[in-house]
Amino acid sequence: MLRYVAARLLTAAFMVLLATLAVFLIANSVPGDPVLSQLGDLAASNPATVAEYRQKWGLDLPIWDRYWIFLRGLLQGDLGSSIVSRRPVLADIRDYAPATIELASVAFLLSLLVGLPLGILAAVRRDSWIDNLARLVSLVGVSAPTFWLAFIMLAVFYGWLDWAPGPGQLDPVSFPPDRVTGLLLVDSLLAGDWETFQDAAAHLVLPSIVLASATLGLITRTTRAAMLEALSQDYVRVARAKGLRRRAIVLGHAAPNAMLPVVTLGGLAYANLLSGAVLTETVFSWPGLGRYTYQSAVALDFPAIMGITMIVAVVFVAVNILVDLSYALLDPRVVKG
Amino acid sequence: MSATALPAVATPGQRWRRRYGLAAFGGGVILAWVLAALAAPWIAPYPPDFVDVAARLRPPSAAHWLGTDTLGRDVLSRVVHGARVSLSVGFVVVLLGALFGTLVGAVAAYAGRWAEEAMMRLTDLVFCFPPIILAMAIAAALGIGTANTCIAMLVVWWPKFARLARSLVLAQRNLEYVEAARSIGFPPSHILLRQILPNALGPLIVLVTLDLGNAILVFAGLSFLGLGTIPPTAEWGAMVGEGRQLVQQWWVATFPGLAILTVVMGFNFVGDGLRDWLDPHARTR
Amino acid sequence: MHGPDDPLLQVRDLRTWFLTDAGPVRAVDGVSFDLRRGETLGIVGESGSGKSVCAKSIMRLLEEPARIVGGSVTFRGRDLATLDEEAIREVRGRDIAMVFQDPMTSLNPVLRIARQLVEAMTAHGRFTAAAARARALALLGRMGVPAPARAVRSYPHQYSGGMRQRVMLAMGVSNEPALLIADEPTTALDVTIQAQILELLRGLNADLGTAVILISHDLGVIANLCSRVLVMYAGEVVEEGSPEALLGDPRHPYTWALLNAAPRLDAATEGRRLTTIEGQPPDPRAWPEGCRFRARCPFAVARCAEHPALLPVGPGRASRCWVTQGGGALLTPARPRPAAPPPPAEAEPLLVLSGVAKHFALPREGVFAPRRILRAVDGVDLVVRRGETVGLVGESGCGKSTLARLVTRLHEPTAGSIRFAGQDITHLPQAAIRPLRRRMQMIFQDPYGSLNPRMAVGEILAGPLLLHGIVADRAAAARRVAELLDIVNLPARAAARFPHEFSGGQRQRISIARALALQPDLVVADEPVSALDVNIQAQIINLMVELQDRFGLTYLFIAHDLAVMRHVCDRIVVLYLGKVMEVAPAEALFRAPLHPYTRTLIAAVPVPDPALERGRRSAPLPGEPPNPISPPQGCRFVTRCPLAQPICREVEPALRADGRGGAVACHLAEPAVAGAGPG
Repeated sequence: MLRYVAARLLTAAFMVLLATLAVFLIANSVPGDPVLSQLGDLAASNPATVAEYRQKWGLDLPIWDRYWIFLRGLLQGDLGSSIVSRRPVLADIRDYAPATIELASVAFLLSLLVGLPLGILAAVRRDSWIDNLARLVSLVGVSAPTFWLAFIMLAVFYGWLDWAPGPGQLDPVSFPPDRVTGLLLVDSLLAGDWETFQDAAAHLVLPSIVLASATLGLITRTTRAAMLEALSQDYVRVARAKGLRRRAIVLGHAAPNAMLPVVTLGGLAYANLLSGAVLTETVFSWPGLGRYTYQSAVALDFPAIMGITMIVAVVFVAVNILVDLSYALLDPRVVKG
Repeated sequence: MSATALPAVATPGQRWRRRYGLAAFGGGVILAWVLAALAAPWIAPYPPDFVDVAARLRPPSAAHWLGTDTLGRDVLSRVVHGARVSLSVGFVVVLLGALFGTLVGAVAAYAGRWAEEAMMRLTDLVFCFPPIILAMAIAAALGIGTANTCIAMLVVWWPKFARLARSLVLAQRNLEYVEAARSIGFPPSHILLRQILPNALGPLIVLVTLDLGNAILVFAGLSFLGLGTIPPTAEWGAMVGEGRQLVQQWWVATFPGLAILTVVMGFNFVGDGLRDWLDPHARTR
Repeated sequence: MHGPDDPLLQVRDLRTWFLTDAGPVRAVDGVSFDLRRGETLGIVGESGSGKSVCAKSIMRLLEEPARIVGGSVTFRGRDLATLDEEAIREVRGRDIAMVFQDPMTSLNPVLRIARQLVEAMTAHGRFTAAAARARALALLGRMGVPAPARAVRSYPHQYSGGMRQRVMLAMGVSNEPALLIADEPTTALDVTIQAQILELLRGLNADLGTAVILISHDLGVIANLCSRVLVMYAGEVVEEGSPEALLGDPRHPYTWALLNAAPRLDAATEGRRLTTIEGQPPDPRAWPEGCRFRARCPFAVARCAEHPALLPVGPGRASRCWVTQGGGALLTPARPRPAAPPPPAEAEPLLVLSGVAKHFALPREGVFAPRRILRAVDGVDLVVRRGETVGLVGESGCGKSTLARLVTRLHEPTAGSIRFAGQDITHLPQAAIRPLRRRMQMIFQDPYGSLNPRMAVGEILAGPLLLHGIVADRAAAARRVAELLDIVNLPARAAARFPHEFSGGQRQRISIARALALQPDLVVADEPVSALDVNIQAQIINLMVELQDRFGLTYLFIAHDLAVMRHVCDRIVVLYLGKVMEVAPAEALFRAPLHPYTRTLIAAVPVPDPALERGRRSAPLPGEPPNPISPPQGCRFVTRCPLAQPICREVEPALRADGRGGAVACHLAEPAVAGAGPG
């Protein structure tokens, strides 16, 4: 097992290195000139200003030197400075990450808690009403555009029914709690501020449902298919022949096997949540990484884009290691001994 | 025990409907959209960028079935024209991505060794980045515009086909008919292109169909963020983006979104139907 | 009430149909039989005869859309067919247990063996968890699983098929059921392992008094174990009786056909033609009127248009046949002595292998793990002369299929040399081999996998003709395709059809036609009949023999079925763990095997003769073949050899001539030992 972990870590390190190169190359294969977009037309017409700007940001060095500088910076935790906010990208990310982590975690939990039981029930009661419900949920989940779903939710539950609070993380009149973790739910509890906690939780409801929708669809669909597959296996027939109760067969025999393909969804779910976060946060004015990514992309803020993409890739590699390890724990055939 | 009542034998028509009803429905929806896209200039009541500020933000009425937007443009006309952009981007990205990915994956799988290893690492690399974020980065780098966004999406798109093609070819490569072809003396190119690929085509077509919906979703998402088409092009994602603040004037954002939903659902229905049709195991009833 | 003398199980007019949308498939259609306490009942039949569905119906293990639509299954006075779901669940595993065909998929791969055994016992509340754990150890020991304490902590993938089947048996008897149903329990296993499992089943029946229903397609297996036999055909029982009566004097033409189609080890040397019946079993959606076997029956009379009942034809036996109602026996076809097979003159060698080896590098278990080598074939010498049939026999993992692919150069050897028709082809690049491929062709095992499903049969057969320029154009190819189809007794219109429209036997004919298209000298046949039912197997064997005579083919014939081998081959090579153990003319090999492995292999084959099977003295060969990644030192067979001496552990025996036209690789095989017959 240790050997397996070591091998996985080594591959992961290699992937991260490749990812840095990829990110760097994308950012530097730019026809769209950040200098122009940053300085504005007037300043860009002055060659001296442009040259000074280029030198200041290291844009005049040969490409491999710049990659080396970029790498060296990365190792020291330096992702460069945002052209827009003029602050270190890492500091920006640190500020924006908690809101996204909070939203994504709630959404992920939601999709697991609904998706797994729904998928299992749908497979066990094939062609029943619950199966049809599961199919509908997964179909809408994978077919509805996130940003549109966000709009509809806001329009119906905020604009029309007024059941839910509007965009943002808190009501404009609420004061955010002292920043400890950056997670509003946690920080407000730490501060003992029950009202802010409730406000934050209420604001989370719509965006987390929207963000969960795609992942929920994916998990429901995969769980259902994996359970159907597992239930048709010989060992399930053997379990029936043993005289086990239905519950023991479904949960004890089929589900552990059906979880294997669901676990491999981890990486996909992560990508889904992040992509969804960009769109969801934009609609809900959620001060998270997604909205920061969008703003950086529109402003052609390359250090910021590079930084975010880099962080996203590193986390993705980490997520995949976790996925592989949990897979190895669930399936004894992966690692011998 | 007396003989139990037997269920009535379903007629072939009933069986067909039960198995392929949804797929046929999905196919119908897509066909309708394709026809609408082709005939857009003739069936749309107004030109898509016909501005009538006096008639801005009108709710649905006889004159404007789906209402008008902030510039007084007819939402229905823009939705119909939007189908042209969404469908063509979807087809271009997925078909090119599938073609390229399949070739790379199939050749890598059949060649094995370093070619396969290199391809796997390259696809791993692309998979490190969530599609929208990587497409955003590339689209931003290339500059905003429909063609550039397509290029960005292609970069993100081909690896999954390469992976699928590889696994399909690997599965086929060990079947005895391939060994038979080798023992007859067919050259590798013949075996890969004429014997293996036709057998691997089914799952690839299923993925293409399901992915058409996906590509339309991603492109609409990018457009929504302002990274897809350039205004004033009528595009569904961009239309939702323009209407997203207008909660009271819900029709501006709702209808283009519904258009996306129906097209993507249609492709999902057809893809699922194709999968059932190709996979005899799924046909239990 | 259920008395002590009543039958344990009474099945009456059982009908299990698959209620598909396209109409009912009448898989089991009116089956009745009794089973007494402690009795061993065998059910035989071809695939599709309904024997498995019948067994599953007893425990109500049917899955949609199968349903019991009529009849009763009375077990200890209760009709299982009408019990509610909870009541039948209590019967399953406690009163009736079942062991399935494929041990590789019968155990849950992600759960430890302990858990799977224990839950079988605790599910019925007969044992506490602690008692069940202790009992699991004892049962595994009883079933001959080495180191039970370690085994229960393991996962299934760490064990071989034979070991897993032992675990399944332990699970089956864990609640001391009154009835154990074994559905083809040894079909997926090698012959020496099969003998071990059958021995275990016999012991369980004798020691615990468990009644056994054994379902098998193999009459030898049935004869080995059962005291009564049912023969099923087209969803009904067609004959019932003791194995002695049934196998010695069949009273139903179908039983007669089953018996005569299979080559057997115990018969005197047979003619090269096996008795076969025409056609295929009927369509279960629409059984024919009258006797369901009539269309294929060589004995049919006018009355057979009327559906016969299962009527007594003697004490303790019954048959569903009008012809034998009068009491007459069915004529046993004389197994004609061969018209003195032409002794293979010292023809020129077509294929010469010397020291051929193939080592596969397995993927490392981790980046830092040592590279593992699978020695699939490890130094094989072999000469195949023009016109002869050489058999390669051995258990799974012995390297016989790899050897076939080395000979045809689908694989490149790691060491040694291969000469084909005087030319060294050991390391020829594929392009240089291509012209030679005309002269050596292969027939494959899987009739479903060996034909490209997307190509019409005509295309499949025309491809090789056009590739090698044997015909000038497509029109000539089409003519030749028609000829080829005729040669393998398929109609010319088959050319326009696709493989899925054909049955397994017909596909194997297409496969043979493809191999013959190039008019090869050598045909390598890799288990060409092992996926086929016995009657189809006989048809294909007959065809292959006939084609050999007609076209002067040379066969390298690979199989695991010794009886088939003996029937088909002139010379036989016995492989074990990638090495040749013994080579000998077929007749000599079976009359007086020299190598201990050959002897145990032959002894392990069950033959359809109850007297012989009951009289078996020798215990089956213990143990399982070692892992070919780490073969034992010295003689490869040393770990299982009943005669092993110290020298066998140290020195690897060379293959030396045995003075009767063969060779043997054993330190102990002396001409003196050669007298000992099988068993």
